[in-house]
Amino acid sequence: MSASSWNRIPRVAHSAEFDWSNRFAALPEADTTLLAHGLGRSYGDVCLNEGGTLLRTRSMDHFIAFDRASGRLRAEAGVSLKDILDLVIPQGWFLPVTPGTRFVTLGGAIANDVHGKNHHVMGNFGHHVTDLELLRSDGRRLHCNREQNADWLYATIGGLGLTGLITWAEIQLVPISNPFMITENIRFRNLDGFWEQDAAVDAGWPYTVSWVDCAATGKQRGRGVFMVGQHAPVQPDLPSWKERAPTFPIDPPMSFINGVSLRAFNFAYYHRSLPKGVTLQHHVPFFYPLDGLLEWNRIYGRRGFYQYQCVLPPEASREGIDALLQRIAASRTGSFLAVLKMFGDIPSLGMMSFPRAGATLALDFPNLGDRTHALFAELDAVVRDCGGRLYPAKDARMSTEMFRLSCPRWQEFSAFIDPRFSSSFWRRVNGSE
Amino acid sequence: MQRILIFGATSAIAAACARRWNALGAQLFLVARDQTRLATLREDLTVRGGPRATIETATADLADLSTHIGLFDAAERALGGLDIVLIAHGTLPDQTACEASIDTTLEAIQVNALSYVSLLTEAANRFERKGNGVIAAISSVAGDRGRKSNYVYGAAKGMVSLFMGGLRNRLAGKDVAVVNIKPGFVDTPMTAAFEKGALWAKPDTIAKGIVKAIARRRDDVYLPGFWGLIMFVIRHIPERLFKRLSL
Repeated sequence: MSASSWNRIPRVAHSAEFDWSNRFAALPEADTTLLAHGLGRSYGDVCLNEGGTLLRTRSMDHFIAFDRASGRLRAEAGVSLKDILDLVIPQGWFLPVTPGTRFVTLGGAIANDVHGKNHHVMGNFGHHVTDLELLRSDGRRLHCNREQNADWLYATIGGLGLTGLITWAEIQLVPISNPFMITENIRFRNLDGFWEQDAAVDAGWPYTVSWVDCAATGKQRGRGVFMVGQHAPVQPDLPSWKERAPTFPIDPPMSFINGVSLRAFNFAYYHRSLPKGVTLQHHVPFFYPLDGLLEWNRIYGRRGFYQYQCVLPPEASREGIDALLQRIAASRTGSFLAVLKMFGDIPSLGMMSFPRAGATLALDFPNLGDRTHALFAELDAVVRDCGGRLYPAKDARMSTEMFRLSCPRWQEFSAFIDPRFSSSFWRRVNGSE
Repeated sequence: MQRILIFGATSAIAAACARRWNALGAQLFLVARDQTRLATLREDLTVRGGPRATIETATADLADLSTHIGLFDAAERALGGLDIVLIAHGTLPDQTACEASIDTTLEAIQVNALSYVSLLTEAANRFERKGNGVIAAISSVAGDRGRKSNYVYGAAKGMVSLFMGGLRNRLAGKDVAVVNIKPGFVDTPMTAAFEKGALWAKPDTIAKGIVKAIARRRDDVYLPGFWGLIMFVIRHIPERLFKRLSL
């Protein structure tokens, strides 16, 4: 049985797959290593286990308890963030941290310690996990929180599913008044404009992110749109809003994204008319623009694509991001949605968590084989020189060297890996396959 | 408010039905074999249903027919009566193992056919006395025609289908509907061992169809609907030819 993740690289065969719906069940007897696989929305092989066994956790999707007064939610690891939002938004609660798609599981959000547009004020997803249960292959069930088994908690947050099976977790939600956002979009003409905007933006906006035109060159390099938002207070008149999400209808053999379409789209997106001042916007297009087109990964064709996400420390951010954008634009490849954001200085809890203070840049690249890898080698060199890191959840190709720079606590973490758990990613970056 | 009794409630399809009915404000009485899984489902429905949700449960091994009447009594007591009964428990027997063992075959027939006959009879008698209700049971496209790959399962489901046809005929003059659900391939833990192709449906897709079919008091329902067409063709292949096929 073969499986791949969202970017379709790599596609690997597993020796067995189990549909894991019962959190009380013991782990299966298998001669091979195990790995939980939720919705497979990471961009690479952290959720794959070639030749091994996958525990598909999507059916382990029961809510366990929800306290409407305090906003504490306990749920099985296979519930999706969309399941959670469908439950809690009408009751006045929201995820404390959300990534750019709702189609990830709770377990996956913890295992990759995902982040969102509010990193600078709320940290990562893992900061809001109060408790979780870790099922180890020796049959132990470790209840982990900051008081008990805290080391296991910090190994499991961002632990890429390697410390055992997360059966359930409890998170603290944040209160909201309605499903809408107050948002503002500010165009900036180049990367300097981004930094000016970043320095000038009112620190009161809890959500900030920028779209960058990765095809713009010369004086326009790094132009884009700075987007800020906050949950809307009570409104006298809420607009009606209905979610419509068409599915990308075809699975083309070739990528629709090439030098021409890329420049055209980015040009049009940069110049689109933006509403003046603050506007009321539903939270779905604000947080999850790509959820509006189901199976959008097909746009890149059957050869798939790579996502590249790095973070550069604050002192190196300015020159580093400029150098990255210069190389990307020169390569004439890239994607419609290049995202640039400043992480705050809230330290990550997880030993292996990706976020740290500084600028993070994320974008997709159609898989053009050697040409793409040559570009990545250039980008890696910039990231390395800046003392930056790459994000395992978005990786299908980093070298052992880049991994060890990206996850400097990997040796300490290794002691927490369950002897019966492994992943394609882990073996790859440790040079064992 | 609808009062619904579900047998085999923790099966993937039935649990998805329970979530959908819960979302419509129904009162539920859930029967399943595994206590912890039933408790898990109950917690989930309670969280989703909110403070007013009524979710009652009982554990039972439905292959033991002597439990059946007591379960109906308990459900009627807990919910103050019943409007809908959904019978959804079952196993997918290993065909090869069945061929080698009469005991295994009869066990499969006991769970997938005889326990249905018992529950259907009890539901029919209660709803007939009451003068209304909907009885639904999950049979299968496998019950439409005997095939070498799974005729033990198919025979059990075929019996359920025929039995329900008879009940429907018997109750036609009453306000009691008998809904025979015939799912095609469904991606559930029961079918975990199969490679999934384009014909496979998600449990919630089937559940949506079941809830709708029951609301509309349909007779025989293939889910997803395209199976009606597939089975029409399969039913009309002459046996002389069919017996040589590997379907």
